[in-house]
Amino acid sequence: MATIIVVTSGKGGVGKTTTSASVSTGLAKRGFKTAVIDFDVGLRNLDLVMGCERRVVYDFVNVIQNEALLKQALIRDKHCDNLFILPASQTRDKEALSKEGVGRVLDELRDSFDYIVCDSPAGIEQGALMALYFADEAFIVTNPEVSSVRDSDRILGILQARSKRAETGSTPIKEHLLVTRYSPRRVEAGEMLSLKDVQDLLGIPLIGVIPESEVVLQASNSGVPVIHFDQSPSGQAYDDVVARFLGESRPMRFLEPERKNFLRRLFGT
Amino acid sequence: MNLLDYFLSKRKKSAVVAKERLQIILARERVDRSGPDYLPALKREILEVVAKYVSIDVEQVQVHLQREGNCEILELNISLPEPPPASTNQPMGHSAAN
Ligand SMILES: Nc1ncnc2c1ncn2[C@@H]1O[C@H](COP(=O)(O)OP(=O)(O)OP(=O)(O)O)[C@@H](O)[C@H]1O
Ligand SMILES: [Mg+2]
Repeated sequence: MATIIVVTSGKGGVGKTTTSASVSTGLAKRGFKTAVIDFDVGLRNLDLVMGCERRVVYDFVNVIQNEALLKQALIRDKHCDNLFILPASQTRDKEALSKEGVGRVLDELRDSFDYIVCDSPAGIEQGALMALYFADEAFIVTNPEVSSVRDSDRILGILQARSKRAETGSTPIKEHLLVTRYSPRRVEAGEMLSLKDVQDLLGIPLIGVIPESEVVLQASNSGVPVIHFDQSPSGQAYDDVVARFLGESRPMRFLEPERKNFLRRLFGT
Repeated sequence: MNLLDYFLSKRKKSAVVAKERLQIILARERVDRSGPDYLPALKREILEVVAKYVSIDVEQVQVHLQREGNCEILELNISLPEPPPASTNQPMGHSAAN
C-alpha cells in the first residue's frame, strides 16, 4: 500500500516541482518503487524537470477519462528503474481532475507502488485541491518571504479542513515544512526571514532547508533532478530531506553564509 | 528626513518587520478560518454599522473567538479614535460617506 505525499505551497514558483522531482528520485534511489504525478493541468512542467518531455504520449487526464491505460501513460525514469512519471495534460482544463477519477488512478497505483508523490499546481483551485485531497503526508514548500509564508498557512488550513483525512475524521495528514531558496547571507543581513522565523510562524515540523543555488537552474536546464548533483549543497540538502523523511536523523546544514562553511572545511570542524 | 535617509538610517531590519506583519495577519486569518463561515461577514457588517457613527481604523479592530466547553465567546475589540480637539473642525460626514 503506497503512501501518498503531496508537495504543495499555495504560492507559485516556490520550488514544488523541483522538490517533487528530487524527492521522488531520492525515494526511488533508496529502492522504493515511486510514482510522481504532475497535477498542473495545462501547465505541464514536471516532464521537463525530469527530462522525459519527449517521451510523453498519454497523460493523467487520458487515464482518468479511460482513453489510455495507466501503464501506457506512466513513463519510466531514465536514471532510476523504479521511478515512474505521470505527466499532466497540456490541453485540458483543471476541471478534468474529478475527485472520482483522481481517486481511481491513485487506488490503482497504490497497490503496486511504495510512494506516490503529487506535484501540486499553485493556487487553491481544483488542481491543487485534488493534489492534496488523498494525501497521507504533505511537504509544505515555503520561501522565506511574506506572501509565501502566508500562502503556506492558508494551505495548512485547507489540508486540515478539506482533505479526505479531514473529511472522514481519520488521522490528520502529516505535515512537513520544507524551506527552499534560503539565502543565509541575506538572513544574516536582516533582509530575509530566518529559518526560525518561518518555523515560529507556521508551527509545523521542519524536514529541511534547501539553499538558494544556481545549480537548481542548471539541473532544470538539463532535465536532471538536482538531487543527482550530489556535490552541490542543494542536491545534498534534498538528499538530507529524503533521509529524514525515511526516519534518519541528520543535522540541518547550509544555514550559514558560504565563507563560514569554507572556514569550517579548512579547519575540519 | 527624505526617503533615502530613512532607508539608510536606523530603520528596523526588514526581516523583523516582515515577521511582525506576518504574526498579525496569520493570527487574524486563523481566527477567520477556525470560526463559523459567517464570521468574516459578521465582522464586516458590525464594522459598517460602527463606521456610520465614528471613523475607525480597521487596524484597530480585534476579533477573538474562544471556545469554552460547549460555549463560544466572540469578543470584538474596537478602539475608538480620540475625540478631535476643538480647534480642528473635521467634517463629521466624511467617515460615514466612506
Ligand atoms: N533552491 C533553489 N535555488 C534557486 N532556484 C530555485 C530553487 N528552487 C527552485 N528554484 C527555481 O525557481 C523556479 C520555480 O521552481 P519550480 O518550478 O520548482 O516551482 P513551482 O513551485 O513548481 O512553480 P509553479 O507554482 O509554477 O508550479 C525555477 O526556475 C527553479 O529553477
Ligand atoms: Mg510546479
